Amino acid sequence: MQRNSDIPNIVKIEKIIDETPTVRTLVFSDEILSKVLPGQFAMVWIPGINELPMSVMIFTEKGKAAFTVRKHGYASTELYSTKVGDQIGVRGPYGNSFTLKQGRLLLVGGGTGLVPLIRLLTFLKKSDDGTLIMGAKTKDEVFFEGLANKLLEQNKHKVIVVTEDGTYGEKGLVTDVLEKLLEETKFDAVYTCGPEKMMHKVVQLATAKKIYAEASIERMMKCGIGMCGSCSFGDVLACKDGTVFNGQFLLANKEFGYTHRNKAGMPEDY
Amino acid sequence: MNPDISTNAGPIILERPTMLASGILGISLDVFARLYKEGAGALVTKSLSKEPWEGYPNPTVIGMKSGYLNAVGLANPGAPYFAKMISSNKTVPIIVSLVGSGPEDFTFMIKQFENVKILGYELNLSCPHVEKVGLEVGDDPELVKKIIKSVKRDSKVPVIAKVGLGSSDYLETVRASCDAGIDAITAINTIRAMAIDVETTRPILAHKIGGLSGIPIKPIAVRCVYEICSKFDIPVIGCGGVSSWDDAVEFILAGASAVQIGSAIAEKWIGIFSEINNGISKYMERKNFHKIKDMVGIAKKF
Repeated sequence: MQRNSDIPNIVKIEKIIDETPTVRTLVFSDEILSKVLPGQFAMVWIPGINELPMSVMIFTEKGKAAFTVRKHGYASTELYSTKVGDQIGVRGPYGNSFTLKQGRLLLVGGGTGLVPLIRLLTFLKKSDDGTLIMGAKTKDEVFFEGLANKLLEQNKHKVIVVTEDGTYGEKGLVTDVLEKLLEETKFDAVYTCGPEKMMHKVVQLATAKKIYAEASIERMMKCGIGMCGSCSFGDVLACKDGTVFNGQFLLANKEFGYTHRNKAGMPEDY
Repeated sequence: MNPDISTNAGPIILERPTMLASGILGISLDVFARLYKEGAGALVTKSLSKEPWEGYPNPTVIGMKSGYLNAVGLANPGAPYFAKMISSNKTVPIIVSLVGSGPEDFTFMIKQFENVKILGYELNLSCPHVEKVGLEVGDDPELVKKIIKSVKRDSKVPVIAKVGLGSSDYLETVRASCDAGIDAITAINTIRAMAIDVETTRPILAHKIGGLSGIPIKPIAVRCVYEICSKFDIPVIGCGGVSSWDDAVEFILAGASAVQIGSAIAEKWIGIFSEINNGISKYMERKNFHKIKDMVGIAKKF
């Protein structure tokens, strides 16, 4: 029977990887989700708890996919706390994906926003030059550094870790490092995912240098399929028109970097 | 000459017969403007309450083998915020959907929209998954009468009642609405339904019971439109499973003056409005209908 992507497909957690004291990657088997494009997401049902939009993380074994979750609110903490053998429901994949450009590619991510960027790395051509700037508050919260280096083995590449307190890698914000890098090198595209204030700055900096930029944005999502309107973002829907938008569009969108909607649909400031 | 696809449901005048159904995408003026540009004849907002409502936890919307099941729980930013949000509107034909338990709720909400340009109100008397409002009101014809009389007194614009299939005879709700002076009826809302996942053995929706929409409810909705038009002299707007031009025409032949589109947006996205408008237009040309009115209810003569 053909699978209806809007009905939750029940999968079992097969493996749990502790990335940091607050971030885990949960691995499961799902042929369709194992092959999604970078930026696409799934709605993840934690039975009895809630359903969350999650970017689909890669896993090295064929036919497997993963979610990388930070314990934060009630539902994400419940997802984080699942055990091997627990059931979750997944529907999707939903949304568009990053546009694959070639040449010198710069990826800028923070926290679990790294997930779609890591998947993007798997789409790079050998001739592409890949640079990933990854930000974290402190050394304990750095994850995916080894994985990113491994995925870029065959490429000319650089993985730069930035911590706010300087306990690991460079000290400061990813955007500080980005600003310097943009002065030195002419990139062909910049991709970003992470906290919206960060993405806003990244898009502004890249656009000022006339570099094509894309960001994957996050909004309150309920249906994930363009019905409920919860993720309205200006005149577009994050779930259906996005989650990836280009820099020119984003900088013209009055909500980008400033407001998002709560569960009732009222704007709140970032 | 191109057929004229403008229409009217009583005093509600529409450039095009395809409206956005309530509950779908209805919280942003920018999105309304985009849908209007895409061909929607009018935009019905999410049902607004006096205060903002967060709605139910997820899952709130899921697919079925055919159609969709939802219990969003009438999440909405509340009438006062909403009125402010659309106050700059000059061109977009917006119909404000309201939900409440009694006349006072509606009086308060209508006051918020006093100086806002809107086409009309649609009273949600038929949401199947929230207590004390929606169907619980619609199932009580006396309360319906009281509310509509009061709303008609308060409102300067036309008022539509959206009815659905509850535990009492929906035609009694229509009768009460007509007696109270309603301008038009929208039929129908989603139908109470549920889904259980066999692997986890749990109801899937967080609210357990929700409303079924989309293709599987269309024949039921067509029947209701046909019945209402056969029994009452009241303009009807058809809603339930419209996903192509022939569905829209079918509703019109059953007696609807216009149709609302909801679930089909999830499948076909927002190009659906112009797709259906063009399809209706081509059908009218082929069948030599000049106006929508020429087709309304003609299935009743058989």
